[in-house]
Amino acid sequence: MLANEAELRSLMRAGLRGDAAAYRVLLSRLSANLRAYYKGKLARIGRTATEAEDLTQEALMAIHTRRHTYDPSAPLLPWVHAIARYKLIDHLRQTRALMSDLPIENAEDLVAQDDHAAIESAYDVKGMLNQLPDKMRRTIQLTKLEGLSVAEVASRCNMSESDVKVSVHRGMKALMASIGRKRAPQ
Amino acid sequence: MRTDELIELLSTNVEPVDHRQTARSIHIAIAASIVVALGVVFITLGPRTDLISVGALIPALFKIAATAVLFIPASIFLIRLARPGGEYRTPVALIALPFITIMVLAVITLTSAPGSHWKETILSDEWLECVISIPLIAIVPFAVIAWAVRQMAPTDLARAGAFVGLVAGCVSAIGYAFHCADDSVPFFAVWYGGTIALCTLAGWKLGPKLLRW
Repeated sequence: MLANEAELRSLMRAGLRGDAAAYRVLLSRLSANLRAYYKGKLARIGRTATEAEDLTQEALMAIHTRRHTYDPSAPLLPWVHAIARYKLIDHLRQTRALMSDLPIENAEDLVAQDDHAAIESAYDVKGMLNQLPDKMRRTIQLTKLEGLSVAEVASRCNMSESDVKVSVHRGMKALMASIGRKRAPQ
Repeated sequence: MRTDELIELLSTNVEPVDHRQTARSIHIAIAASIVVALGVVFITLGPRTDLISVGALIPALFKIAATAVLFIPASIFLIRLARPGGEYRTPVALIALPFITIMVLAVITLTSAPGSHWKETILSDEWLECVISIPLIAIVPFAVIAWAVRQMAPTDLARAGAFVGLVAGCVSAIGYAFHCADDSVPFFAVWYGGTIALCTLAGWKLGPKLLRW
């Protein structure tokens, strides 16, 4: 568990500096933990695996969009656990099944198990991407899905590099927000 | 969407982030709200007229310092509570210490005075103005600080909200102390303490709605 914390924390620190490979490893390790965590909690109250997958993705997006709130001098797992638990409570509140007293947990609960059996969530990102304004959609497609560098995208779209960055940043924000709103009815 | 597709999307060309930026925005929000509170007090109520005399300056400074003793730890705790998981490492009960100290001081002052003076010590001319002013002046600081705290994604909304209320109440009380001409310790303890507690309670109630992210 402690080795886990140290390793994940160094991946997170690298990710915060812009190391995409480390960040990808971090997110995929955390996604397995999150999936097991949500499946365990939701199974107890008779919810489906799709719902657990939705929540896993929501927690990943929250971790991503709020990564600037992680204090690199503090342990990582309590921070991740707090976000995971917050998203769970928020979800239960929205779906009107108040599990008002979720038992007291330790941060260790989150990394107690892995679950790699990913299934599809109810979100359709490609569809939502199509609803974004042209410029945002194109820049996100090129930088995030095709993996081109900001400089390459800038020259291909006849935009300045800072324009590309702003457009990607705003587009991702809009995308995350629309995913948050479009929780599929169960 | 599959989760590994989402991870691809999030991690490809990930931008570096500055983790200090969010704490900075809370600092700025608190500083700005002090300026607002002082501005409101000086423009609408006006500073107390005898502020230049030593006899008035010392009790005024006492009120400001005593509020600051509450304000400073409250701000430090708020900055911790504002982050996800901050509630795990914040001993919030410690914040009661400065409160209790002032209450003890007030009781000592009261017991050293004859019982017939108690009523006029506490219910002096200014109590109503104090009770109305401090919560009113706290509204803008509350909104500004709540906005900054929300950016930091607190995960215990009621507790974070209570501390937003506490800090806003303290800021407001510090501003009001420049106007308030009642210098007795029991008055300060009851009405400043009471209104700050009220702001804290309001924040605790409003937190889950206002701070949700």
